[in-house]
Amino acid sequence: MAELNIEERQAGDVTVLDMKGKITIGEGSVALRTAVRRMLEEGKKKILLNLAGVGYIDSSGIGELVSSYTAIEKDGGQLKLLNLTQKLQDLLTITKLLTVFDVYESESEALNGFK
Amino acid sequence: MGRPCFLPVTSETTELSLPSRVEAIDKAATAVAELVTRSGIGEDAAFGIDMAVREALANAIIHGNKLDETKLVEVNVTNSPDSLEVSVHDQGQGFDPETILDPTKEENLLKSSGRGIFFMRNFFDEVNWSISPTGGTTVHMIKRRAN
Repeated sequence: MAELNIEERQAGDVTVLDMKGKITIGEGSVALRTAVRRMLEEGKKKILLNLAGVGYIDSSGIGELVSSYTAIEKDGGQLKLLNLTQKLQDLLTITKLLTVFDVYESESEALNGFK
Repeated sequence: MGRPCFLPVTSETTELSLPSRVEAIDKAATAVAELVTRSGIGEDAAFGIDMAVREALANAIIHGNKLDETKLVEVNVTNSPDSLEVSVHDQGQGFDPETILDPTKEENLLKSSGRGIFFMRNFFDEVNWSISPTGGTTVHMIKRRAN
């Protein structure tokens, strides 16, 4: 089984990536990078990462979230995060990245947050 | 025959030697986590310790030994009544930890790397690096038990 499974679905003009597994150095981080790059190549620039199924993330995974954010913003798009576990929320708090990311607990609110 | 006596908890040490492969991180961290669980450290602290240990292992394997599988990473974990201490030794050239930028400063927030050492310092009470006279770098992390 892959370290990180990513399923794509469309909600209006927003692409939701439902993620399950670990975003850690190696396979998990690469899977996220590959998925986001593919979205941008396909012109999908409004991306919502549903992290409900992500039980573990390390500094490499957090770095990949930051890289995804900067790549999407650079391309004129938007990235938002949905359903963070308490642990991930704690990690984003201590790294002060909660001040960078738009984070939601409700999918409908997240979708409404896209311009 | 005297009365049965119960020895006070002393120390438990685990030593591991692993190849410089990314896949080795999970195996070694799992072994350390088992000792941490046996030590009775609470769940939240154990999560942080696990994360910091994985970061130290990743640094040793990737930045220290540069994924050279002929080089080993050695891990020593000692659980005592006062503290939990973890040492991770690689065969790399070492680095100056003072050169690591603070990832929480506004100008560094959007950098994609540089948070591993931050987590190690955040989740342990003390983190020190030393360069061995025989070569290689050791990071030594201490988590003190609350009295």
